[in-house]
Amino acid sequence: MTLVIPLFRAREVTSMAEESEDTCAANKAGGVTKMQKTSDMEEREVGPWIEVKVLFFARARELTGLTDISLLMPPQSTARDCMSKLLNNFPKLEEIYNSMVLALNEEYVPESTVLRNRDELAIIPPISGG
Amino acid sequence: MVAEEGEVAEDLIEILEASSMPIDLARYVNHVCDPVVGAIATFEGTTHDTFGEKCILELRYEAYVPIALWHLRAICSDARIARPHHRLAVAQHLSTVLIDEASIFVAASVVDRVDTLEACYILIDEVKVSVPIWKKV
Repeated sequence: MTLVIPLFRAREVTSMAEESEDTCAANKAGGVTKMQKTSDMEEREVGPWIEVKVLFFARARELTGLTDISLLMPPQSTARDCMSKLLNNFPKLEEIYNSMVLALNEEYVPESTVLRNRDELAIIPPISGG
Repeated sequence: MVAEEGEVAEDLIEILEASSMPIDLARYVNHVCDPVVGAIATFEGTTHDTFGEKCILELRYEAYVPIALWHLRAICSDARIARPHHRLAVAQHLSTVLIDEASIFVAASVVDRVDTLEACYILIDEVKVSVPIWKKV
């Protein structure tokens, strides 16, 4: 089912968009506030949101307190979009942002890489092994 | 334990996950031994007891294992391009490593003595700069 996502604008809700039970649960699980359809808002049909699993290692684990997290992202989101969301939720990640690299599905990738549903994104801080 | 053979069957690459036992150094030395080689070189990375002003009792290691494994495989492959080797072995210990225990062990066997020493140097140097492994004091 195509999910209609309105652009951000403060408007009174006039109607609720129908949604599947799975989509509602997924949105809740991902901690994302579902946007509601209103007659005054611009709308664009963008397709279903995607679920991305993010892995934290080393300093990233210390800064977030987590080993991993699942994010619900808009379709066509990039790794950079994902990082923006993570920085918003975990501002302390700023400490390693300029020195870390990203890996997508076990391969190093640039931030411009477009994400797909069920992708696994790893935050890789500076290495200190051996 | 996560083990993987390199591109060449002679390579033994292992990441020891959640193991309370020290690295079995003899396992990797035995792997690279062969009557046809003239030299075996090893490098053992151990845990020293200070880090700055801190007194260290143990170190903990973590790794992004899938990428670490293919990185180690690639390093062994590159080492072969630089210098033909007979056999290579790399073992990285994760979880907790006590003082004086090995966190990483590298063994190489080559026909020529100089190449053998250089093989160990190349392997351990690359692990430190490119393989996603982290130590926590």
